[in-house]
Amino acid sequence: MLTILFDGIAYGMLLFILAVGLAVTMGLMNFINLAHGAFAMAGGYITVLLMQRFGVPFLLCLPLAFIGSALLGGVLERTLYRPLYHKPHLDQVLFSIGLVFMAVASVDYFVGSTQQIIQLPEWLKGRTELGSGAWMLGMGHYRLFIIAVCAALTVGLQYVLGYTRFGSRLRASVDDQRVAAGLGINVNMVFLTTFAVGSGLAGLGGALGAEVLGLDPSFPLKFMVYFLIVVAVGGTSSITGPLLAALLLGIADVAGKYYIPKLGAFIVYSLMIAILIWRPQGLFVRKGGK
Amino acid sequence: MQKRFFLHAIALATVAFTATATLAQDNTFKIGLILPMTGQQATTGRQIEAAARLYMAQNGDTVAGKKIQLIVKDDTSLPDATRRLAQELVVNDKVNVLAGFGITPSALATAPIATQSKTPMVVMAAATSSITQASPYIVRTSFTLPQASVALADWAPKNGIKKVVTLVSDYGPGIDAEKYFKERLIFNGGQVTEALRVPLRGPDFAPFLQKVRDAKPDALFVFVPSGAGAAVMKQFAERGLDKAGIKLIGTGDVTDDDQLNDMGDVAVGVVTSHHYSAAHPSAMNKKFVEAFSKANKGLRPNFMAVGGYDGMRVIYEALKTSKGQGGGDALLAGMKGQIFESPRGKMFIDAQTRDVVQDIYLRKVEKKDGQLYNVEFDVIKDVKDPGKAK
Repeated sequence: MLTILFDGIAYGMLLFILAVGLAVTMGLMNFINLAHGAFAMAGGYITVLLMQRFGVPFLLCLPLAFIGSALLGGVLERTLYRPLYHKPHLDQVLFSIGLVFMAVASVDYFVGSTQQIIQLPEWLKGRTELGSGAWMLGMGHYRLFIIAVCAALTVGLQYVLGYTRFGSRLRASVDDQRVAAGLGINVNMVFLTTFAVGSGLAGLGGALGAEVLGLDPSFPLKFMVYFLIVVAVGGTSSITGPLLAALLLGIADVAGKYYIPKLGAFIVYSLMIAILIWRPQGLFVRKGGK
Repeated sequence: MQKRFFLHAIALATVAFTATATLAQDNTFKIGLILPMTGQQATTGRQIEAAARLYMAQNGDTVAGKKIQLIVKDDTSLPDATRRLAQELVVNDKVNVLAGFGITPSALATAPIATQSKTPMVVMAAATSSITQASPYIVRTSFTLPQASVALADWAPKNGIKKVVTLVSDYGPGIDAEKYFKERLIFNGGQVTEALRVPLRGPDFAPFLQKVRDAKPDALFVFVPSGAGAAVMKQFAERGLDKAGIKLIGTGDVTDDDQLNDMGDVAVGVVTSHHYSAAHPSAMNKKFVEAFSKANKGLRPNFMAVGGYDGMRVIYEALKTSKGQGGGDALLAGMKGQIFESPRGKMFIDAQTRDVVQDIYLRKVEKKDGQLYNVEFDVIKDVKDPGKAK
């Protein structure tokens, strides 16, 4: 029972890191970036390649995955994304889905299409068990680690967006670019940073998730649906919305597979449909938001 | 719709006509090898192509006065692409034999083309039992999942494994594995307490494995396509199922030689049943493994490679017995009933079912010279595909 809950939370947290960048670009920057999963995959592959070819320790790989995908995101924002900010959403969707296919094909070509396997350090492999019987709580150390990292990130993000100068600049740029620019805010810089950080978070999620979710070139396509569900259910106007949505979905997914294995993966979709019928704008919408 | 049907009919008519008309003129013998070279199943394609080329390098490319030409096509494991490529190969390239086929749907999609053009079709990888029944021109050199799983169900109860939970990927081969394992285990006095099917794209095995742990069986029987095997195994250990006294058993796809080394020590001790291991202790296999890894930068051959290698042998020998003359039917007759030694051990192409009859080995993963291998410790001789015994 509790073990299922625990696994669900860990899974949800992972989904959250993967999707939060998308929530930021989609909600705050009003850009539909379906290629988000490609940045996650980039992070995953950076980790795998560093570990396999150069023997870099796992913990060091995580920040490198973040930085690597953030740089990639920054460069692409500068070169490819920026001209599309004012284009209709359909153009953005077509463009970014094209990027996904290119990413899939190039990883396939350069690295190969096999599942990549990560060897975790010993101290992350174990498992702690508390209690017994129906209330036994079994915690895999790695999942515990995921939860800790995600919790820290959430607090950090919430703080940056809500209480720092950068956060208010970002919100100002989003609400009205021209006025914000008139006030001396470097809108381009703000968007560039935001996009890079969002991509970096995706990369970090990919690096953390390689162990649990598996990693192969079809990763962005396989998980695109999950990201979109998290963002659709959680709404895009805050950090807490996607967080709670991700947790809800993670727990529902794990519990559904455990208790009703026949329905398996379908639980997530039914839940999403139910929530969206009930609240079409997502679970947590700022009143008066666009 | 009508137009399409019409085109289709014309295409097939041309196929039937040209296949018989042009055979005699040309002095090349063409083998159309359709494999997934990119995408999810790309390792299958890579292994089989390498093995086919190795066979040609070792046995020359002229047989019975004909020059052998290998045409490799990539179907990216999409059945409609396989079908289109097969049609092109038969109509435009006028191949004498179709071969390869990484996944079951690809093989099934091509079967009607083989039937209508009377082209022998050598299945080197796909392993669902029913494939050979889809066309009288299909010959298989890989294995079938019922073959592998039944052997394990015979072995398990004799070794103290009575209560088993099965966990398979929810598609053709998985359902075959589940069904035949269960039937035979019950026949042998065991029981399957729970049959779990996981979605093929199921990202996280955690909830399923937790369920297994709470069900406390003697063993967990797993079939997942090779690649996903490593994830199952790691999470199996992470969840402490091994410490709870549950054994992990499965068909050899789980401990695929291609990936085994990357899985690390969690794989040690896993018992599987399969028809081929790179560690098979025969002189022929030693030679095969050595030549294969030498030609492919140290790549270790897996069961897919051996299917491709033996498939080439079946084609070569059939061409020899038909003396280079005659069309598809003569070749097919030459393929049926071949008995020979393969790197996997003795094997036999059953003349009635055109399916492979072979020894199935029980293996345990062990560490030898710092590398992981499936080491064989028991054998069940001459296993015929149980799916055909009706």
